[in-house]
Amino acid sequence: MTFFLQNLINALQWGSFYALIALGYSMVYSILMLFNFAHGDIFMTGAYIGFGVATGLLALVTSGFLIMPNWLILVLTIIISMFLTSFVGILVERIGYRPLRDAPRASAAITGLMIGIILETGNLALLGATRLKFPPLIVSHTYDVGGVFLTNKKILVVLVSIGLMLALDQFVRKTKWGMAMRAMSYDFVVVPLMGVSINVIAPMTFAIGSGLAAAGGVLYGVAYPILDPYMGILIGWKAFVAAILGGRGSIMGAALAGFLLGFIEIFVAMIFPSTLRDLIAFSIVLIILTFRPHGFFGRPYSARLRL
Amino acid sequence: MNAEKSPIEKEKRPSGIRRFFSGIPALGWLVGAVAAAILEYYLGDPLADAFGLPKIPVLFGCVIMLKKPLLMPGALMYVLLIYALPVGIISRITSPITNRISLGLSRMPLWFSAVIHLALLYLILRIWADVSDYRLLMLKLSMIAIMLTLSLNVINGYMGEFSCSHPGFMALGAYAASVFTVGLLVNDRLLGQAVLPLSLGHVLFPIALILGGFFAALGALIVAIPSFRTRGDYLAIISLAFMFIVKSLIENLEVVGGPRGMGGQPDLATLPTVFIWCVLCIWTINNFVESTMGKALNAVRDEESAAEAMSVNTRKTKMIAFMFGAFWAGVGGGLFAHVLRYVNPGTFGLKKLAEVLAMVYFGGLNSVIGSIVGAVGFNFLSEMLRPLAIFKWIIIPILLILVMIFRPTGLIAFRRFDVKQILSPRLKSKEEV
Repeated sequence: MTFFLQNLINALQWGSFYALIALGYSMVYSILMLFNFAHGDIFMTGAYIGFGVATGLLALVTSGFLIMPNWLILVLTIIISMFLTSFVGILVERIGYRPLRDAPRASAAITGLMIGIILETGNLALLGATRLKFPPLIVSHTYDVGGVFLTNKKILVVLVSIGLMLALDQFVRKTKWGMAMRAMSYDFVVVPLMGVSINVIAPMTFAIGSGLAAAGGVLYGVAYPILDPYMGILIGWKAFVAAILGGRGSIMGAALAGFLLGFIEIFVAMIFPSTLRDLIAFSIVLIILTFRPHGFFGRPYSARLRL
Repeated sequence: MNAEKSPIEKEKRPSGIRRFFSGIPALGWLVGAVAAAILEYYLGDPLADAFGLPKIPVLFGCVIMLKKPLLMPGALMYVLLIYALPVGIISRITSPITNRISLGLSRMPLWFSAVIHLALLYLILRIWADVSDYRLLMLKLSMIAIMLTLSLNVINGYMGEFSCSHPGFMALGAYAASVFTVGLLVNDRLLGQAVLPLSLGHVLFPIALILGGFFAALGALIVAIPSFRTRGDYLAIISLAFMFIVKSLIENLEVVGGPRGMGGQPDLATLPTVFIWCVLCIWTINNFVESTMGKALNAVRDEESAAEAMSVNTRKTKMIAFMFGAFWAGVGGGLFAHVLRYVNPGTFGLKKLAEVLAMVYFGGLNSVIGSIVGAVGFNFLSEMLRPLAIFKWIIIPILLILVMIFRPTGLIAFRRFDVKQILSPRLKSKEEV
């Protein structure tokens, strides 16, 4: 039982990264009916921006310009890097997606992929191939709760990501901007005629998604403090799988499916040899999609009557 | 045939250089290129010396210009003297003769004329590649890229699905073919002693490739069957999951070396072999997409329910298209494994996927000639920009983004690959013949 609980905690932590990234995919999809394939690399960019912000703040503190505790630095790092990375998202929308809004959807997928490659390579060219170590902002404590080991980092990751998801949910449901987004996802042809500009809503969606990915990146840096330019590829594609599994365009579905994918991966690694992790996890995904092709929360979709 | 009389032709009549070259048939260009290749073969070294180049510029001087900008005039002169002038002048001078020959050929069966053109093309490639092994490898890889791009174009372009499983099909083909040849022909640590002598290699190699293609086509069933119920994004995920599964499966199979990969394939993929398979691939795929089955694919892409109402069996169509595309991807993978003589599962990952997708969408959807242009262009571009090191991977994506913005369906999209028209003589008027 403790073994199970232990892995549950691990799965929650691992799943929250997937969930945070999958949210960005899903939100962009719900507005533009397109997937932002640069999103995994935006996650990477967010982690690197977080690294820069954290190092800068730490330098300011050690040189005596500012006096603040380490946890405040972490909070500031998350907020500032979310803010800065959202501009990367806006840029991606402006360069890669707005000119292609009327083009075939696959073309926009290609530009997304290519922007992702540019982000990776640009990073490599700027910072070199050495991996960077995320500055240790909080000292790791381990708590023993009835045989289950919790670290404060794990608790932090899970709490912050769930908090962000709840905040997003409130934003989408309670604010006027959120209402505009929901309307746009309902029909992006008619709603612009009602005075809601798609050129405002689409960049905003990209910005929010990128901000969430950046938060995921910083948290990832806290939990696994090694950054390299290609860290976003695999996790990004897996989060894309989670976004589809949740049902495209469904925000809650994306979050839940992100956690589910984390659970599947951790528990597969727990029961089977860990080299089989991808094999079994993706086989499960394949089986789920064969029987439920529209994901968990997606609208049922018939190949015979296409919109 | 007589262009002077057509009013539309008169309006669009090209001027200057274009008019100077417009009377040259495909045969003429080939003859010119043969001359240039022979010229380089015999005069390349002294000429390169004379211009102060260390050796013959391998890829039209691009690499050397980027590496040492000071040598730029020399390299440009070399390209001008060896390639541009001979090709231009010889093909222009011989154009009356070549026009007459291709007029004669056009009265013969199409296959005969095609074989002659292909033989000339092969001659050019052979002589061109004899100068350095690097060119040889590049040519082989470009031809394999053509096969992969074309087969993905069948699924993504002609059928309009977004399939991400091509590296998976390739991996299946590569490993199946490798296991066959290594197991039968080579003394291998993992697969045991050779059963047959290596001299049988060239007989068995086609069987190995077809086996690889067959395995890939079997794998395609896994992707094709869910595609009956769903399209678009979900199919993208299913195919992506398939790719990950194949990669992960191979990593866990110790028989084929697991994540360390598999080496020691016999050197069977020579230039003629790859060339013949590439031509076969282009020929079959072009015939496939021109057939009623190909039209059915387009119908499924444009409107599935309407296609079904018009008595297209959509399930059968999808299944055949997937298996057909996967077969050629598997053959391409088998050739790939035998060209590099080493494969590992890491090769068939997301990077390969991005590359193949980029080639398809760069060249153009729904077009055989677009795929050829895309694959060759992308390969040569990425080799020519090699001296830029990692900045290459900033410039190429920017180029692709620009192509997507200005031509969203690719450079040469939705164009028929009309062999007869390409090979036909270009006659301006009867007097000139």
